Amino acid sequence: MNGTRSTDYWQRDEVESTDMRELTKLNLGPTHPATHGIFQNVLTMDGEIIIDAEQTIGYIHRAFEKIAERRPYYQITTLTDRMNYCSSPINNMGWHMAVEKLCRIELPKRVEYMRVIIMELARIADHIICNTIIGQDVGATTPFLYVFQWREKIYEIYEEICGARLTTNMGRVGGFERNFSELAWERIRAFVKEFPPVLTEFESMLVRNRIFMDRTINCGAFPAERALAYGFTGPNLRACGVDYDVRVADPYSSYEDFDFIIPVGQNGDVYDRFMVRQQEMWESLSIIRQALEKLDKMHDRSTFRADVPEWVLPPKEEVYSQMEALIYHFKLVMGEADIPVGEVYHCVEGGNGELGFYIVSDGGRSPYRLHLRRPCFIYYQAYPEIIKGSMLSDAIITMSSMNVIAGELDA
Amino acid sequence: MPSFAIKADRDQLVTARLAEVLGADLAHEQQYDLMCYTVPKERLHEILRLLRDELGFNFLTTLCGIHYPGAGDRELGVVYHLHNMRAGHRIRIKSFTSLKEATFDTVTDLWPTANWMEREAWDFFGIKFTGHPNLKRILNMEDFPAFPLRKDYPMEDPTRQDKNDSMFGR
Amino acid sequence: MSDPKTTLQPGTDPASLADKRGKPAQADKPTIVAPPDGMTGQGFFATSVDKAIGLARANSLWPLPFATSCCGIEFMATMGAHYDLSRFGMERLSFSPRQSDLLMVMGTIAKKMAPVLREVYMQMAEPKWVLSMGACASSGGIFDSYSVLQGIDRVIPVDVYIPGCPPRPEQVIDGILKIQELAKNESLRRRYSKEYEDLMAKYRID
Repeated sequence: MNGTRSTDYWQRDEVESTDMRELTKLNLGPTHPATHGIFQNVLTMDGEIIIDAEQTIGYIHRAFEKIAERRPYYQITTLTDRMNYCSSPINNMGWHMAVEKLCRIELPKRVEYMRVIIMELARIADHIICNTIIGQDVGATTPFLYVFQWREKIYEIYEEICGARLTTNMGRVGGFERNFSELAWERIRAFVKEFPPVLTEFESMLVRNRIFMDRTINCGAFPAERALAYGFTGPNLRACGVDYDVRVADPYSSYEDFDFIIPVGQNGDVYDRFMVRQQEMWESLSIIRQALEKLDKMHDRSTFRADVPEWVLPPKEEVYSQMEALIYHFKLVMGEADIPVGEVYHCVEGGNGELGFYIVSDGGRSPYRLHLRRPCFIYYQAYPEIIKGSMLSDAIITMSSMNVIAGELDA
Repeated sequence: MPSFAIKADRDQLVTARLAEVLGADLAHEQQYDLMCYTVPKERLHEILRLLRDELGFNFLTTLCGIHYPGAGDRELGVVYHLHNMRAGHRIRIKSFTSLKEATFDTVTDLWPTANWMEREAWDFFGIKFTGHPNLKRILNMEDFPAFPLRKDYPMEDPTRQDKNDSMFGR
Repeated sequence: MSDPKTTLQPGTDPASLADKRGKPAQADKPTIVAPPDGMTGQGFFATSVDKAIGLARANSLWPLPFATSCCGIEFMATMGAHYDLSRFGMERLSFSPRQSDLLMVMGTIAKKMAPVLREVYMQMAEPKWVLSMGACASSGGIFDSYSVLQGIDRVIPVDVYIPGCPPRPEQVIDGILKIQELAKNESLRRRYSKEYEDLMAKYRID
C-alpha cells in the first residue's frame, strides 16, 4: 500500500518502544476548507505522519429514508436530487427506473436515449467538480476557475429542460415531463462540440505535469482486494484495477446499445482516480454523441414518455373535457395510484459508484421502506485504512480524490 | 422495464445448495428480478459464509434493517443484498427476529464493508450485531434517545409549532 | 454649545440632571447641563466617519462560507467566473472564523451540527453578519424531520435570509447586496446598544 514510497522512515519507530513517540490528536473537521462537506476526522499523528483516524459523520443527516416513508413516489424525486447533488439527474433517473421496475413500466427507446444523454451530462458535471477540486487541493487553482464555466453550460441545458440548475427533479416516472425543446438540443450539441478543447486544455495542465505526478502518484494507493472487501464501486474501484461498471454489468436504460470503454487504473492512488474520471468524461462525451446520432436516425421526434396515464398529469384541456383524464388527474394528485406489492432493488452508475434503491412496497402511495445504497457512505469507511502511514497533506488530497459528498454520505 | 438479467441457472444452483444446508428452514421467492431467501437468524452467518466462499458472492452490496410492527417473531429484520461479480448474479437474503431479541451476528469478518452498514442498522432500528468492533450510532447524535426509523417514531421535528396539523396531516 | 465651566461626567445620565438646570452652581459641585442633540453618543465628528467606515466594511466583507450541502455548490458557482462574487469585495474567503466578518450558512444544518455552528459564530469577532442561504438554513427547508434544525435562527441571530432551493446565483448576489446595505448603514454603536444586547441575551450569547 503506502510502502511503495521510498521514504519509509516511520517504520524505524517499530524498533523503538512506542512510548518514545509523542502522539498528537488533530481534529480535521467538521468545518474545514479542504474537506468537501461536513464530516469529522480525528487524526492521531506522530509529527506529520498519521497513525490512526477516527471518523464521525452524520452532521448533515436529513433522514431521507424516514421522509420517504411519508411521501408519494413522485415526491421522493426531490429527495433523491439532494443526495449526490453534483450530479442530481443521475439520482433522479435512477429513482424513476426503480419505480418503473416496481410498476413494470416499459419505456420507448427514444426516452431511454434521452435519459442516457442527461445522465452522461450529469456525470461530466460531477467529474468536473471532482477533478478541478483535486487540482485546487494540490495547488492548481486555475482549472477550477476555467473549467467550472462549463458547468454553467450544463446548467443552462438543465434549465432549458426542467427549469432548475442544480437540484433538478428532472423527469417523471415513465419518462420526461415535456419533450426537449429545440433550444435544449442546440445547447447539447453546442456543448458536445465546444467542450473537448476545454478538456484537452485541462489535461495539458495536469496530466503530464511533473509536479502533479510527483504529488499524486502512489499517494493514497489501495489494493483491489481490499477495495472490493470494502464495497468500493465507481471510479474509486476502477482506479484500483477492477473493471466493474453498472452500466456494463447490469445495463439499464439501453446502455447496451452504446459502445464505450471502461477506464481502469493500476494502483488506486490519487493519480489513477484523477485519470479514471478524466477518461470517463471523454467516454461520456462519446456516449452523448452516439445517443444524438441514434436519435437523429429515429423517425420519432415527439415521444417523451411512456404511455402510463396513471403516472402522468394529463393536459389541462383534457382534464376539463374528458372523464378519464379527470379521474387520472384526481388519482395522481390524491396519491391513489395502483402500486403493486413487492420489493425491488435497482442500481445505476452514479458519479461515485453503484447508487442503489431498495423499495419495499405495501401497495400504498409511499414506500413502506426505502433504503438508499449510497456509494460515498460505503467507501468512506476505508479512509482510515488508506491514509494510515501517510502525511497530512496526502490525506487531504486522498479525501478530495475520493469525491466524498456529504449529502450522499449521510442522507 | 429496467431489470437485471435473470440468471435462472445460477438461481437454481443457489437455491439447491441452500436447501441442502437448511432444508425446510429456507423460504424463497422470486421478487421481480431477484431471488429472495429468508433464513433463520441462528444460521445466518453460516449461510453468508457459504455464499461468499463456495458460491462466489464476494460483494456485499448493501444491508439494511426493516421493521414490521406487530409481527411478533418477525418484527425486526435485516436484508442483505449480495452480488457475485464474476457471474453477474445478485440475490437477497433476509432474516427476522423479534423486538426483544434484536441481535444478529455481525458479518464484518466476512465483508469489512458491513461495519458502517451495521452501525446504521443499529442507529435506525436498534438491531445489535454481536462481534461488531464498534457498534455506536453513526448518523444521529451519540445520545439520541430512540431508534428513529422504527414505525412508531414520528418523522417530523417535534419542536415545530408553526405548522397546522390538520392541513399538513402530521 | 456647552458651558466651558461644566463638564459631563462619563457614565452620568444627562436626563437625571435636567432638574438642576438653571440652579446656581455650588463651588465644589459643577452644574451639569444636558448637551444639545448631536453632541452625545457618536457626535458630529463620528457621523461622517461612520459613513466612511460603513463603506469600507460593506465593500470588503470577508465571508466564511459555511457550506454544508447543495447550496454550497451553488455558492461555488456564484464565486466562479460567470457570476463572480469578487466584484462585490468578497474576494478573500476566510475559513477561519477569527478572521471573517460574514458567516454564510449554506445548506442544511442538522441538529448534530448546530453546536458546531454556534461555536463558529461565537468565535467570530464583532462586527459580524450572518447570511442564511437557502431554504434549509432559513427554516429547515423540505426536511421536516427529526434530525434537521428547522432554521439556523434557532441557534444564532440571522441578518439576511435568502430563500430558494438552491437559490440562483442572482438571488445570492441580491442577498449579499442586502448585507452590504446593512453593513453600510449600520451605526458604529449598534453592537453596544441595548437592543443588540437583548438580541444576544435571547440567544443566550454573552
